[in-house]
Amino acid sequence: MATVNVHKGRYIKRLQPRLFQYLILSIITLIILVPVVIMVFGALKTRGEMFSHPYTLPIPAHWENFEVILRTPSFWTMLRNSVAVMLGTTAGVLIICSLASFVFARMQFHGKDLAFNFLTLGLMFPITVAIMPVYLVVRQMHLIDSLLAVILVQTAFGISGNILILRGFFTSIPMELQDAAYIDGCNPFGFFWRILLPLARPALAAIGALTMIISWNDLLTPLVLLNSDSLWTLPLGTMQFQGQYSSDLALTAAFVTLSALPAIIFYMFAERQIVSGLTAGAIKG
Amino acid sequence: MDIPHVIKAPLKWQPRISPPRRIQDRLAIFLFLLPAFAIFILFIIYPIVRAVYFSMFNWNGMGPATIFVGLDNFKQILTDHVFTKSIGNCLLIVVLSLSLQLPLALMLAIMVGRDLPGRAFFRAIFFMPYVLSEVITAIIWMSLFSPDPERGLINAILVLIPGVHAQNFLGNLNQVMGCIFVVLTWKYFGLHMLLYMAGLQNIPREIEEAAMIDGANRWQTIRHITIPLLGSTIRTTVQLSVLGSLTQFNLIWIMTRGGPVNASEVMSTYMYRYAFIRFQLGYGSAVALVMLAICLIFSITYLWLARQPDYLSGL
Repeated sequence: MATVNVHKGRYIKRLQPRLFQYLILSIITLIILVPVVIMVFGALKTRGEMFSHPYTLPIPAHWENFEVILRTPSFWTMLRNSVAVMLGTTAGVLIICSLASFVFARMQFHGKDLAFNFLTLGLMFPITVAIMPVYLVVRQMHLIDSLLAVILVQTAFGISGNILILRGFFTSIPMELQDAAYIDGCNPFGFFWRILLPLARPALAAIGALTMIISWNDLLTPLVLLNSDSLWTLPLGTMQFQGQYSSDLALTAAFVTLSALPAIIFYMFAERQIVSGLTAGAIKG
Repeated sequence: MDIPHVIKAPLKWQPRISPPRRIQDRLAIFLFLLPAFAIFILFIIYPIVRAVYFSMFNWNGMGPATIFVGLDNFKQILTDHVFTKSIGNCLLIVVLSLSLQLPLALMLAIMVGRDLPGRAFFRAIFFMPYVLSEVITAIIWMSLFSPDPERGLINAILVLIPGVHAQNFLGNLNQVMGCIFVVLTWKYFGLHMLLYMAGLQNIPREIEEAAMIDGANRWQTIRHITIPLLGSTIRTTVQLSVLGSLTQFNLIWIMTRGGPVNASEVMSTYMYRYAFIRFQLGYGSAVALVMLAICLIFSITYLWLARQPDYLSGL
């Protein structure tokens, strides 16, 4: 009997720090989730309910706000623009960065380090710093107010970080594979296309997922480069909607919820890729 | 069956061998690097070089820049007390981030550690705000910070405490930066925590166990083993955090537009106001260059100062 008690005591003593840890983690989980949940609840209330009881559960749920927004054509236009920009940027980053990283990881030439340092200069200053000069050049090229401009600029800003990540990954692929391929008569293009890229699929998925999130959430580039509301992306449209309908909190909440939804769903499916993209950049850099 | 293939193969490959490998390699290097260099130079380097030219003009963007003012724009920026204030606010965010946000992220990463049951769940939740766009984050928090307790949850909780009145938060000169920092922490501490957790994953457990066996307590192990071994990750997060803090734009622009009365003005909102609201593109270019210089000076000094040995690379 005594031994059981001693055992129990030790068990509780070991459990105590765990309980404390879970307590703190749960509090922070609440702090993270409550703001989001309040917004979603707000979206499910009528305008009147939002005024009379702002913090209660939305029972019964009103889906009218969502209906109103899903029936506005401009929401779908923004969604389409955002998807177009995201796909364009992601394709651009993947193609351009995998080509360049292959050279940096696998080939020898004079001035390689210099070229690499030049292309990774972008790690030393964030996008916000360059947006004003970029605006002037885009305007000079008569590309202002086009989705293509947004894609090109986002791609340019994605180059530095992603080349760094991909080069690290390509370097880790065994050299013997390359020798074997060359002996079998493969040229550099063939080796890159048939061997390296298929092997690098996890790394490509990681930087692809990360680029998609960054492009999807980007506000500054579209804000500066786009004028016509028919070209607005979702973040830009959300910002304008909030300004325009600030009195109708429930409708704004519904709009915000709907524009957050794609990112959340994507995050649920691609969490592993996003996380490995971010950590590869930080740990190797 | 196989013999014809073997005979044919050399014939088929013959023309490919004839141009020397070196020329083929040169061609590959050139073609593979071309797109990256083209887009990087065209949309990052060239614009910045152009900005140096425009920064010396008083130019509203209409027609060619003709009114040459030399370095007057820079002189005006550095003497404008609003810009000085905006640098102060940026530095305030930097200091708060480094002293509160990163330690919080580190503490949580160590707490979740390698094997706490449910660590994947907590990581997924804490990292979620990073995935939400800054626009959404800003709108959510604007309503939480609403001065009306009927609208803003934070005030609704505050007024329950006897003797506490509803606060103005984003409308209050002294509270606005604190509020912005809370939102920044909410959005970004998960990112840093994630990076620390990945860094912890790379530290061999044996080293910490060895320290424990040698008599180090939990705190000593963290202080003298875990944190030094996380060195390269910590350096990366510090750099990310400082650069991000120096150039923060979206959240602040949406929540306060730099107000009230410039109380939350940062360098990027100052630049945006001059370049895209007042259309003083010459002056805006100059502000962008000052920001660029500050970022470059920080990055280069930091990379130079933080060139410490990476303890794990020897393992």
